[in-house]
Amino acid sequence: MTKTLAKIALAATALLVAQMALAEAGGAMIGRTCNGCHGTDGVSKGAAPSLKGLPADYLAKAMKDFKADARPATIMNRIAKGYSDAELGAVAQYFATMK
Amino acid sequence: MSEFTRRKFLKFAGAAGAASAAGLTLSGCEGPGAGASAKSSQASTGPAHVVVIGGGFGGATAAKYIRKLDPSVKVTLIEKAKTYYTCPGSNWVLGGMRTIASIGQTYDSLASKHGVKVVHDWVTGIDAEKRHVALESGGHMSYDRLIVSPGIDFKWDGIEGYNEEVSKTIPHAWKAGHQTATLYQQLAGMRDGGTFVICPPPNPFRCPPGPYERVSMVAHFMKQHKPKSKIIILDAKPKFSKQGLFTQGWKDLYGFGTDNSMIEYIPSPNGKVVRIDAKNRVAIAGDLEEEYKADVLNVIPAQKAGWIAAHSGLTNESGWCPVNPLTWESTLVPHVHVIGDSSIAGKMPKSGYSANSQAKVCAAAVVDMLAGREPGTPSWVNTCYSLVGPNYGISVAAVYTLSEAGVVGVKGAGGLTPADGNRSLEAIYADSWWTNVTDDIWG
Repeated sequence: MTKTLAKIALAATALLVAQMALAEAGGAMIGRTCNGCHGTDGVSKGAAPSLKGLPADYLAKAMKDFKADARPATIMNRIAKGYSDAELGAVAQYFATMK
Repeated sequence: MSEFTRRKFLKFAGAAGAASAAGLTLSGCEGPGAGASAKSSQASTGPAHVVVIGGGFGGATAAKYIRKLDPSVKVTLIEKAKTYYTCPGSNWVLGGMRTIASIGQTYDSLASKHGVKVVHDWVTGIDAEKRHVALESGGHMSYDRLIVSPGIDFKWDGIEGYNEEVSKTIPHAWKAGHQTATLYQQLAGMRDGGTFVICPPPNPFRCPPGPYERVSMVAHFMKQHKPKSKIIILDAKPKFSKQGLFTQGWKDLYGFGTDNSMIEYIPSPNGKVVRIDAKNRVAIAGDLEEEYKADVLNVIPAQKAGWIAAHSGLTNESGWCPVNPLTWESTLVPHVHVIGDSSIAGKMPKSGYSANSQAKVCAAAVVDMLAGREPGTPSWVNTCYSLVGPNYGISVAAVYTLSEAGVVGVKGAGGLTPADGNRSLEAIYADSWWTNVTDDIWG
């Protein structure tokens, strides 16, 4: 009986989760996609700037300005348009606080 | 993304993918017991073991990032070659801008810095029931999760007269290394006034702008050393990636479209190669079977998923591997993930950066699944640079997200270098791209 109840509870929870919307991607998930051009953990060995340890408000503003075509760019203006302001804030936080 | 629900996701995912996603959903809700239940499904006891097949852009990234995300997970990378030559940058070798040695990657850092066990061997089979792989050197290796990143294989039956044996003297150079060196030596030895004929493949194939960057780099090489020479493109397709940017670049640098053009472009149907006369280095193309005599001939065959994928039940009728894009787990074989060129990746092109990006989503999902957690919402990027000349770079970029239709580009984002884009700065960033992406993978 207890077992059956547990099963029903589990199934109900599963149903709830199934109906939940997928959240926006987190700062780390997005941040890792930047590493291909900006280096692992945002430490660049080429001309692309390093991102690790830059202040979060600076990074967030730079990316929002890229998104608004308000900052000179070659490719970042095209890429920044792929994210919500909240996602840009999260990825800024990710690189700013990286140890 | 917000209207997209897990329920809908389960509907669009294949049977095996749906089953495994449902399993995850349950374990994610179990609370403290979740980890234990996930562990009990492991093939081995002790630390979880992930085996990665293939040490290219996808596989090496996955191995490194699993170790970075969870150092308690054991990772073994199985790769036959001790040095991997990157396809990106290999056209720069043909242009005389880099040496082949300079694009070689080793596995030393993966082993010494990241604690990946690197085994130089060849996987001859996957036993999905027993969860182990068979090795060419003998014996088996067990896994809890297997990541397969075998790149591409060629369809040798597409063009009469062209096969693996012929490719030793008429190279494809679409897997970098010996093939690249052979093609470079042939170009370097060609007479001034000779003809280079290149035959790009039909879709889908690895690196869609690659053949046209190759044309650009060979044109650069010719302009320097053999200015009377010609390049003929016999294309199996009616159009190609970054076409407007490439043709503008060829006009700017190589007289394209004038009487004195170094490059002649013949699209499908007239450019579709039907036969190769290897002995005389002649390509025969189009319904009228026009003959094109070459001094140097480069045939890039049609492609399919890498050998192990096709021999392990991971491919469908298309010749490529269907996956659940939340985790990159095969929808055909449970506990086996397929990333990179071999996978069916929605709108993502078959590129090195795509493989790198897919590998990170897969690595994070595998780490989460082994710990009994729900995988996070995925996000991907592709950036792709091509050089038209040493100081003339062009690019395409996209941000990808998961929708009901699978992996799709975010609307309003990405796209090509604009008409007034800074080509010389993009050439510098192309070099930076290669430096950082290779360091992100093998560094």
